[in-house]
Amino acid sequence: MSGKIWSDKEISVIIGYLLRTGVLIAAATVFAGGIVYLTHFGDIAPNYKFFRGEPADLRSVGEVVRDTITFNGKSLIQLGLLLLIATPVARVAFSILAFAVQRDRLYILVTVFVLAVLVFSLAGGI
Amino acid sequence: MQKSIVPPVNFSDRIVLMSTLLFTALIWLGSLAAGFFGALTGLGGGVVIVPLLAIGFGVNIRYAIGASLLSVIATSSGAASAYVKEGYSNIRIGMFLEVATTLGALVGAFLAQKIPTSTISIIFGVLLIYSALISIKPPRPSTSDANRDRIATYLKMNSSFPTAEGRKEYFVHHVPAGFAMMFGAGTVSGLLGIGAGVVKVVAMDKLMRVPFKVSTTTSNFMIGVTAAASAGVYLNRGFIDPGLSMPVVLGVLAGAYLGSKALIKARTSVLRHIFSLVIFILAIEMIYKGATGKL
Repeated sequence: MSGKIWSDKEISVIIGYLLRTGVLIAAATVFAGGIVYLTHFGDIAPNYKFFRGEPADLRSVGEVVRDTITFNGKSLIQLGLLLLIATPVARVAFSILAFAVQRDRLYILVTVFVLAVLVFSLAGGI
Repeated sequence: MQKSIVPPVNFSDRIVLMSTLLFTALIWLGSLAAGFFGALTGLGGGVVIVPLLAIGFGVNIRYAIGASLLSVIATSSGAASAYVKEGYSNIRIGMFLEVATTLGALVGAFLAQKIPTSTISIIFGVLLIYSALISIKPPRPSTSDANRDRIATYLKMNSSFPTAEGRKEYFVHHVPAGFAMMFGAGTVSGLLGIGAGVVKVVAMDKLMRVPFKVSTTTSNFMIGVTAAASAGVYLNRGFIDPGLSMPVVLGVLAGAYLGSKALIKARTSVLRHIFSLVIFILAIEMIYKGATGKL
């Protein structure tokens, strides 16, 4: 059942490193954003009692990425959080490649479907 | 930076003056503890993050769920690298069932916007009690069944896992029932912002007869993808707040890392009982506050 080029075990190990690297990059970005955020907003009182919803520039993939150049604390944290969400998505995308190498057509289809659900969700489909 | 007078913040039911810096530090510490004990007991930090934020800090439950989902992605992805090396997780079972969990996650995230917060709070409490009970009395590992199931064979799910006596083969059963339960696990995850690892393990271990160790590691593998599916909806709906999510994600991640290191030395059975008791108390509080409309 193992592929000729990559075995399931090897794929798992690559996926493991991919996930850990993604989380570390995301956490470092969130941390950097956190420092900028706290130096600007540290002594203002927060209020999370009532749900207002985030402003438009913090709630879509395109806007968050576009805001990065402003080097605003909140936008930088949001970029880190986006990288965090992207990590398992990258894992699924990589799995398509891995199943392609194994020539497993059934699982290429299964994985493409899962990726489509994730992209649909991130694109604001619901 | 000049000192300014901070306006009052609603801290639980009391009025307390708190700056963002102090608020962030306290949430980071609470999340650190949640991640630490979550990793140590195997229950995950997600189950206590939402009650901690909602009851302890008076945070609106929708923001709390958004932050919790992100911490679930972080711990699941961070832990996966350690698990996969051991050769237990089954990527085919995981990927196939992710079809169900991600679709369920979309439904859960959709429902989270429609259902009143008091109802979400009560559902959360009920699930917490279930988690606490499972944790005190973990399900007995199911016996393996050598009969081959037609669907599982077609889906190439049967595999082997390492044991002391070399690799042991296993055969997967009841794929449609497991798939259906995974859809439910995804819905719970998307609705409540938790990994729902307990439901996933029960579906694989009890229903599909996947060996316990393979079930737990494959479940962890699936949790990140499931949470990412609902996190996309939460992000687009404005439920993910950077100022709140930052200390939660960093705290849980650090706590889970320390917890996994301490796991080897700790007496987990005593801890499990204490942690279960904490979860049980939080559950009662969530149900009470939900029923009286305070959350």
